[in-house]
Amino acid sequence: MTPETEAELATIIKEADGPLRIEGGGTRPIGGASNGARLSTSAMTGIELYEPGALTLVVRTGTPLAEIEATLEAEGQRLAFEPMDHRGLLDTNGTPTIGGVVAANVSGPRRVQAGACRDFLLGVRFVDGQGRIVRNGGRVMKNVTGYDMVKLMAGSYGTLGILTEVALKVLPRPRATGVLLCEGLDDATAIQVLCRALGSPYEVSGAAHLQHGLDGAPMTMIRLEGFADSVAYRAGEMQKLLADSGTFTLETDPDRTAADWRHIRDVEPFHGRAGDVWRLSVKPTDAPGIVAALPGAEAVYDWGGGLVWLLVPEDTGKTAIRQAVAQRGGHATRVRGAGTDAFPPLPAPVAALQAGLRRRFDPRGILNPGLMAEA
Amino acid sequence: MQMPEPNPDILARKAELVARLRKVLPRDAVIEDPVETRAYECDALTAYKCPPLAVLLPASTREVSDALAICHEMGVPVVPRGAGTSLAGGALPTADSVIVGVARMNEVLETDYDNRFIRVQTGRTNLSVTGAVEEEGFFYAPDPSSQLACAIAGNIAMNSGGAHCLKYGVTTNNLMGVTMVLMDGTVVELGGAHLDAGGYDLLGLVCGSEGQLGVVTEATLRILRKPEGARPVLIGFDSSEVAGACVSDIIKAGVLPVAIEFMDRPCIRATEDFAHAGYPDCEALLIVEVEGSDPEIDEQLDLIEAIARRHDPVELRQSRSAEESAAIWKGRKSAFGAMGQLGDYMCLDGTIPVSALPHVLGRIGEMSQEFGLDVANVFHAGDGNMHPLILYDANKPGDLETCEAFGAEILKLCVEVGGCLTGEHGVGIEKRDLMAHQYGADDLSAQMDVKDVFDPRWLLNPAKVFPLDVSGTRRAA
Repeated sequence: MTPETEAELATIIKEADGPLRIEGGGTRPIGGASNGARLSTSAMTGIELYEPGALTLVVRTGTPLAEIEATLEAEGQRLAFEPMDHRGLLDTNGTPTIGGVVAANVSGPRRVQAGACRDFLLGVRFVDGQGRIVRNGGRVMKNVTGYDMVKLMAGSYGTLGILTEVALKVLPRPRATGVLLCEGLDDATAIQVLCRALGSPYEVSGAAHLQHGLDGAPMTMIRLEGFADSVAYRAGEMQKLLADSGTFTLETDPDRTAADWRHIRDVEPFHGRAGDVWRLSVKPTDAPGIVAALPGAEAVYDWGGGLVWLLVPEDTGKTAIRQAVAQRGGHATRVRGAGTDAFPPLPAPVAALQAGLRRRFDPRGILNPGLMAEA
Repeated sequence: MQMPEPNPDILARKAELVARLRKVLPRDAVIEDPVETRAYECDALTAYKCPPLAVLLPASTREVSDALAICHEMGVPVVPRGAGTSLAGGALPTADSVIVGVARMNEVLETDYDNRFIRVQTGRTNLSVTGAVEEEGFFYAPDPSSQLACAIAGNIAMNSGGAHCLKYGVTTNNLMGVTMVLMDGTVVELGGAHLDAGGYDLLGLVCGSEGQLGVVTEATLRILRKPEGARPVLIGFDSSEVAGACVSDIIKAGVLPVAIEFMDRPCIRATEDFAHAGYPDCEALLIVEVEGSDPEIDEQLDLIEAIARRHDPVELRQSRSAEESAAIWKGRKSAFGAMGQLGDYMCLDGTIPVSALPHVLGRIGEMSQEFGLDVANVFHAGDGNMHPLILYDANKPGDLETCEAFGAEILKLCVEVGGCLTGEHGVGIEKRDLMAHQYGADDLSAQMDVKDVFDPRWLLNPAKVFPLDVSGTRRAA
């Protein structure tokens, strides 16, 4: 089923007599697909409103991400939360849609500075499991009118409702980018360095560490963006600040800096390699210890250590990973691998709230059943 | 303002309630004397008052949990209260309610500069969060005007903003985790020192829920390193429309100021009489502030100046020093006080798309004539969050009602142009009955479904946010 309008979608939901598998571009099958009939948002497309002077974009959810990015680029703007393209990592085809990005709250390296997808989401329209058309938020930057269901919908993977339209805050593209690179740091040292960089006044917009860079040696990366003189100044200050930890060289070539961060954003080091992939959100300084406690795991650190991508042999490490994270605080999701338990288990009172919301918005349990943790 | 009739059964059981609460709370944490509870009869929206049945001042999450469990069992409504600075009546009690105030919970629990967060009890004031980390060169970004007095609990309840949220976001963008007590006494932990949720973003849902989903007792807040410096430029225009257009151009140009503040002529004049900041006598002025090292600031201010010059400013004053910066901010910071000197005023909080600024300012001017009440505008222009101040005379019969009617028309206009009723103050009781202008029946019913899940008996912060007729059957269920 591929409805073209919100009203058509509402009718489909109301008349549905069994589970539905909600799909945008089908590029992020995290947690495994449920068994239901395929329901795609890919025909609900189009930019409804774009006001560069108000930094606002309102778009139907089936719109390809690439189309949005091209439209913004023509005005010198962008989605600052830098959504990841999952296709390489998950070995999927298809066209990533903005609805999928929002439903999975997909954010890239700049999340550490600019915020997550949910932080740029100003408003939503969705059809819930009862077929109700619901609007929440709006298209303005500040809005505290009623409950913030915008945040609730971001990252709910279509289990509460199917997004039909989203309003997003966009930001100007910076004129220049500089990347500071340092080779050879071990994990613990690298995370310490990134903590210092992020705790400096120099507005770091990317902080990552690879156990194996392109030539095999560990690589630590710090990104600075803005006006060219400002980037040069901050890079110089940062080099001085971190001089006792290693030598950071500055890369400013636009193509190469973009490729550097695409490498991190899309977790390219794990593309085409066998094994399960986990995504851990933890306190940055806990990250090296968690990784060290998991023999055989390879890590890519983003968000200054707050985000850890783990590659482990197939079907291994689940219990150890979940325990290591649970002990210290945070959560772990298996983004690639078999099984229905990809999403982290929740503490009982939180699970009860989540299940309660789900029953309210999808009383028949037809929206992506089996996806996300259940009580 | 219509409020529900107090439940006579609860009023009759006050002695029993107080006795039970005293078993779980220290004696001085349970206030029941009608003279003392009167101090809690209203918040900063002083037009509405009602003393509560009792006031509780717990000192820990455990005490909050014990107290809520008792209230839940006895069916007693609970009104959470931060510092009582709400401009929307968010902490207005009902006669049959118990206030749970967080004033005694103001400890710093943990500071972590490596991971850039602070964990505090939520009775701590906004400014004292920054106070706890500024020696290390850090700060907490959301800065509501009331930051000297307002509590983090209230900031979370209302998702408070401030002048600097153009760059740093509002409370929800700086809140990493909470410890929250549900109405039945259950303690839940949402978020923490890590980013984003593993399941639903319940933290995002709780922030801005006006104390209706739970009582937040502890919070993990993101702290940031202070910028090397900050300086503003003051730009005067001979029309509000032109000032509005300039705002849009600055935003589009790729500079990201920390603040773009707007004042119109009535506000400039009142401020000049009061604070003598040396502002130009013009129709509208902007204060645009940018951050960075000195050369970085110069580069950005020069760019802003170049944009502004295309709009024929009548005045353009770039700050070159801390003293000049203070002088530029002096008037803006005393604007509300200055307006208070002129008499009574009502402060609105609607947000509009920045592109609609000229139209909305023009319409407000026309409506001011129609209603016969003066309006001054002072607001955060960068994000379209308007604060029209309607001047009235509380001693003049009918003036308050005219003012409220005028205010409602302005807020409806905000919604009409694609904006919203409230950008940072919250709905409370003040805008409760306007909600149907912004949201349809299904939109409101979806929000009330959330309330049903967190607080099935609708005991937490009663009679706020949702129009009483819309929520009636759920409240009675």
